[in-house]
Amino acid sequence: MPQQAATLEGHPPPIESRPADAAEAVTVRDLTVAYRDKPVLWDVDLAIPAGTLTAIIGPNGAGKTSLIKAVLGLLPLAAGSVEIFGHPYAQQRRLVAYVPQRGSVDWEFPTSALDVVTMGTYGQLGWVRRPGAEQRGRALACLDQVGMAEFAGRQISQLSGGQQQRVFLARALAQEADLYVMDEPFAGVDATTERAIVTLLQDLRARGKTVVCVHHDLESAPDYFDWLVLLNVRLIAAGPFAETFTPENLGRTYGGRLHLLGERYLAVGAR
Amino acid sequence: MSSTTAILLTGVLVASACALLGNFLILRRMAMMSDAISHAILPGLVAGYFLAHGPNLLVGFLGAAAAAAVTVFLVEALQKTRRVDGGSAMGIVFPAMFALGVVLVSKFFADVHLDTDAILYGNIEFSAFDILYLGDRELGPQSLWVMGALCALNLSFLGLFYKELKLTTFDPGLAAALGFSPLLMHYATMTVLSITTVGAFTAVGAILVVALVIVPAATAYLLTDRLAVMIGLSVAIGAVAAVAGYFVAVALDASIAGAMVTMTGVLFAAALLFSPSQGLIAKARRTRRNRARFAAEMLVVHLFTHEGSAAQAAESLVAHLSDELRWSVETARQTVARALDQGLVSQAGERLALTDDGRQTARQVLAR
Repeated sequence: MPQQAATLEGHPPPIESRPADAAEAVTVRDLTVAYRDKPVLWDVDLAIPAGTLTAIIGPNGAGKTSLIKAVLGLLPLAAGSVEIFGHPYAQQRRLVAYVPQRGSVDWEFPTSALDVVTMGTYGQLGWVRRPGAEQRGRALACLDQVGMAEFAGRQISQLSGGQQQRVFLARALAQEADLYVMDEPFAGVDATTERAIVTLLQDLRARGKTVVCVHHDLESAPDYFDWLVLLNVRLIAAGPFAETFTPENLGRTYGGRLHLLGERYLAVGAR
Repeated sequence: MSSTTAILLTGVLVASACALLGNFLILRRMAMMSDAISHAILPGLVAGYFLAHGPNLLVGFLGAAAAAAVTVFLVEALQKTRRVDGGSAMGIVFPAMFALGVVLVSKFFADVHLDTDAILYGNIEFSAFDILYLGDRELGPQSLWVMGALCALNLSFLGLFYKELKLTTFDPGLAAALGFSPLLMHYATMTVLSITTVGAFTAVGAILVVALVIVPAATAYLLTDRLAVMIGLSVAIGAVAAVAGYFVAVALDASIAGAMVTMTGVLFAAALLFSPSQGLIAKARRTRRNRARFAAEMLVVHLFTHEGSAAQAAESLVAHLSDELRWSVETARQTVARALDQGLVSQAGERLALTDDGRQTARQVLAR
């Protein structure tokens, strides 16, 4: 993928408000995260360059979700530090959009698609101030970007899984961030939604944004992403996608389970 | 102010104050927390009575609020040990607190007027008689002031933090990432709930307050899929139940608080049965309609499949349908009648034939 390699070499100049002096969107140093005494992330050192479309890949229980939650300040750090564009997360909230796993919320909640997307504007509003016509207008434009404008008034439980995922993406767009952190945006979505998401992610990158996704599907990963983080409790490898997606690295990431993945992925990795 | 007006107003205010908060308890799946708090405040009330050497609104209130805070804290602490889940934690804490209150009452106040009936069932009947004074000036029934203040408190809490409550309830992860602490909102909600419970408790008692918090909101949840509408409906339902309950109680010469709470149950049952979107009747009707439509589709597909085949003559006999499609004679008759009605088939003697519309429908069904 030559055009991706080019993007990587000279990180594109910031187009909007991303701090110009920060080449790294996410910097993680000596990060250890533990649930009680059981470490789920051990001593992770990681830098994700700004302007990349990064996949975090690893087996179940590798700590992928824990890593992004730690980056977003949602989990206590047992050790280490995290910086977003060179500063602690608490100072940078407004620059970061978050797409949690679709299954993490109750879709029976009595609200509409437009209302969920409007929640993306809450961070800029701050405490107590209520969203107005401006916020709702922006939310509608974001719904439109994911091809969901006609469903704005729909109760969210009456959307398909793929449509719900697109509502979540639209909500992230409404945050107008510079870094988009997504937990398995492709999980359980239909082909139309998958294409829509890919187009959207590539569009974000073209606008100089950084996107970090937890991703499960080794087969599609080389087509979607240009930077790769391989994780299995410890950091296995990180770097430009093509250089990092090697049979050897994948073997170290998935350990004995690799043969279950089939020869196909290794072939993909080697190409 | 007449006694009737005072009781009605108190009832409407207490029901509205409770219902407002109930919406978020339902959506956070924490309905039983209000039950826990309403029982657990008893030792606090007793302590207040003890400290003030008699019934004193403010001291009793503070004692009860402190007991409520202890309850919330203990439930959370027990949950954090991860040796008991949330429901069990409440089940352990609130009876213990309530029992402590019962022991204190029987030990120290067996001979004074700290009425157990009033604690359990409230004393809304006497709303008009407990007059609040400022110096020499008569300010009207105390219960109206208390319940009015509760309503105002809950309205402003929901009004100010509507966005934060909604976000932390729907998606705590995003809320935390955006800097709206779900934990802070949880404690704020619990504080307001404690104050509401303590206030409502004096009107309707420990057992019934939970119904006023939960049932109107649960009823509203069945009637709408918009949060703002749900909140408005819950208040209306609570108020209607309070007014209707009063008149039922007067007619039957029965407990007013009991009748009010019974009416919330009646309204809930009505919503459960008759809600146009989620009611059981509407659901049964939808199921029946779908079944009928599916049967008609089976019929046209069946005729379509055999159209032009050698067996067509036999397959299109009305009598054959109940064998072939495993329908009762009655189902077959109804389905054929409906299909004729909709112009999907035509009938000549005992023989059915597809119309053009029927053929079109069969193709659409098969293409799905």
